[in-house]
Amino acid sequence: MTTNTAAVRSLATSRAEVLKAAFVAFVLGVGLVYGAGFANSQSVHDAAHDSRHALSFPCH
Amino acid sequence: MIARLLAAGLVAGVVAGLAVAALQHVTTTPLILAAEVYEAAQHARDAAEQSAPAFEGLRRTAATSVATVAVCIGYALILLAGMLASGDAIGPRRAALWGACAFAATGLATSLGLAPQLPGAAETDLVGRQLWWFATAVSTASGLYALLRGDSVVARALGVAMLVAPHFFWPTPAAPESTVPAELAARFAAASLAVQATCWVLAGALAGLVWRLSSRDETEAA
Repeated sequence: MTTNTAAVRSLATSRAEVLKAAFVAFVLGVGLVYGAGFANSQSVHDAAHDSRHALSFPCH
Repeated sequence: MIARLLAAGLVAGVVAGLAVAALQHVTTTPLILAAEVYEAAQHARDAAEQSAPAFEGLRRTAATSVATVAVCIGYALILLAGMLASGDAIGPRRAALWGACAFAATGLATSLGLAPQLPGAAETDLVGRQLWWFATAVSTASGLYALLRGDSVVARALGVAMLVAPHFFWPTPAAPESTVPAELAARFAAASLAVQATCWVLAGALAGLVWRLSSRDETEAA
């Protein structure tokens, strides 16, 4: 019984851990795509210009 | 967990990004450079805006490659996050399929309302187009997930509605007064979609592969 409870708890923790990691990765991923594909700063736009066009992000 | 996830996204994104940057160099970039010749000629006639690009030659190739690598790392991380959150077993094949679905969301669905454009093409308000692009990508991705993974008829119907809804709100098309020849624009639209598909599928497949290899290491260590 004790073992079961411990196993359940460790499963639950690992699911929370997985979701936390997934959230961090998602936010970082969206941040990178936003920076390269959408950010309106002129210098970022100039550097990423050809990639924005090539990956069909709205540009200009 | 977080470190392994970020490392997998980083490695997959860098490798996929460099490959896609090479592909861009021979497919889309020559078309962009050709379009800029027409754009510069138009500007010279109008004698208004400055038309010289901010980066040229090797610096331009490097800047483009860095941006592409950044996008590929982002795509790899988003795909890994999606698969982890939905409880999928992560491997190269499944991750490539996730990449293909993501391409349907950010490439195929968005290109119906906003065809990929060359520099010099006629344009409307940028922020409005970016918002529509983003909303369409999110709605299509959620719709595909509900349609492919939904257990109930209601979930699937909702999925279909989310796939269709963005297309009732297409951004107003610009007046057709582009300086770019139609032949170049058509080739570019096709090439751009192919490059974006490669970007998603390759980033996904590599992310799945690196994740599987790194989890094998971890199991052996344990």
